Amino acid sequence: MSKGILLYAELTRYSEDGQYVHPVFFELAAKANELSKKLNDAPIYAILLGSKNLVENFKEGFTENNIDTVYVVEDERLQDYSTEYYSKIITDLTKEIDPEIFIIGATTQGRDIAPRISSSLHTGLTADCIELDINEKGQLAATRPTFGGQLMATILCKNQPQMATVRPKVFKPLKEFVKKDTKFITKKANIDDIEKKVNLIEFLKNPEKEESALEDAEIIVAGGRGMKDLMGFEMLKEFASLLNAKVGASRVAVEMGLASHEMQIGQTGKTVTPKIYIACGISGALQHTVGMTGSDKIIAINIDKNAPIFDIADIAIAGDVFEILPELINMIKK
Amino acid sequence: MKIAICIKQVPDTTDIKWTEHNTIQREGVESILNPYDVYAIEAALKIKQKDTNAELTALTMGPAQAEEILRKAISVGVDRGYLISDKKFAAADTYATGSTLSAAIKKIIPDFDMIICGQFAIDGDTAQTGPTVANMLNIPQITYVKEIESFDEKTVTVLREVEDGVEKLTAEFPVLLCLLKKEDEEPTRAKINGIINAKNAEITTLTMDDIELAPERAGLKGSPTYVSKAFRPIQKHRNVPPTEASPESQVIFLYNKLHELGAFDNE
Repeated sequence: MSKGILLYAELTRYSEDGQYVHPVFFELAAKANELSKKLNDAPIYAILLGSKNLVENFKEGFTENNIDTVYVVEDERLQDYSTEYYSKIITDLTKEIDPEIFIIGATTQGRDIAPRISSSLHTGLTADCIELDINEKGQLAATRPTFGGQLMATILCKNQPQMATVRPKVFKPLKEFVKKDTKFITKKANIDDIEKKVNLIEFLKNPEKEESALEDAEIIVAGGRGMKDLMGFEMLKEFASLLNAKVGASRVAVEMGLASHEMQIGQTGKTVTPKIYIACGISGALQHTVGMTGSDKIIAINIDKNAPIFDIADIAIAGDVFEILPELINMIKK
Repeated sequence: MKIAICIKQVPDTTDIKWTEHNTIQREGVESILNPYDVYAIEAALKIKQKDTNAELTALTMGPAQAEEILRKAISVGVDRGYLISDKKFAAADTYATGSTLSAAIKKIIPDFDMIICGQFAIDGDTAQTGPTVANMLNIPQITYVKEIESFDEKTVTVLREVEDGVEKLTAEFPVLLCLLKKEDEEPTRAKINGIINAKNAEITTLTMDDIELAPERAGLKGSPTYVSKAFRPIQKHRNVPPTEASPESQVIFLYNKLHELGAFDNE
């Protein structure tokens, strides 16, 4: 019978500045520790793929997170991510490990590879879960938003392994390390038979990439439909610069062309957990709020006093953002 | 070049309303062509501009009314549309949808060079169907494609948007591409003759038997996952009633709160 929880330990891009285990792995590990307890201390496994010195470089991440066994595949050909190589190796290893649950971070790599693995294993995959639990029958109950976040669905899977992806920042890493005498098992990359059809020609690092900046911001000022036009967003940018904050947006604002997709917070955008989140002219559809409810303090300004955003706000201002913000900006400048 | 474009009709999720019984009100919700698929079609049209012999086939799995989006695709320049429709396809998860679409593609255009999909569908938001179809057809994929840069008879070169930058990748045919939306690009509008073409086009409907899919691989039966419960999300209430004072006093209130929270000392 299938047993245990498997996690994919994705590595960040290989570069001269170094390479790391993606932070989402530690978030998944914390959740796996919780799930394991509900499954009579089921073992926790991890798969780690890369080019070299993997155990040497990344050992602590596993020994400090209560991981029982790590399957390590080291091969020069695995330096850069390749859907074809990676999905073959992970699929084969998963068959060998035969876990009951397999969780993958919903990064671009995770989202690229997870459906290939699940379909090769003829099992189900639940995307972008915001909660994972074990039900009374011992099954993985994976909850995710659907219909633009307006409906939540708890999904079960009748085949093994029960697979799920979870986006970064949805779960929190362990507060205190749980030490383990982790076993590292090295495996060969069984990819000699693959004629790789997709090849990376070059990687252009984007220095202006706001991605990590928004996710790591301490303060976020976000705008929605209520910001009306580009001028409205210019005002948000000015306000944000006074607080050294980053600017985010709801999906509607992005669809109205007021903000780029990079700035989108919510189910189809980013998940953020800043110290202060200031929602301006955002009504608070779940599509948006799933991406920001983890913020420490939520300030909401909305003209509609019945806007759902006020249900989750710590500081709720029912008023016209176009009257309040300009004055507030003036006051801060003084 | 032969290109299959997988598209989907979705409810306009920005427009969803609730009934008194906490269920989604289905009536009166507008159905639209999935916004990401608009750009999948665009990408194919751009290829056809350069390679006028390219054959573009759009296909969708859905109920009879999904024919509308196939006509829409034809109106902007797609050559033909296939509706993959059967009651037995209902309640399919991404695995069963992948089984169905891959069987349909094998039937309709077994010698395709490229399959183009949208990266997400806005109703399910899973981003799983494209890679699942690719895997079931045993071909590679490139997801998060923001631009098809160039192509020839055997290969395509694309730009892929990832967390830390942009990858330039080249793929040999056959390959499946998942396209991102382009905020800065106005999609092609249908011209009069396009609209006439679309109106007159014959849309072929294919059932489960037509695509030779085993019943146990389709719809609910062919889906490893199932919904055990669906519920209206209850947001965590922080229970702070909104203040409705004059703008002046709200500005002062906010200023003081921001000060308290240390917002002015943020590095």
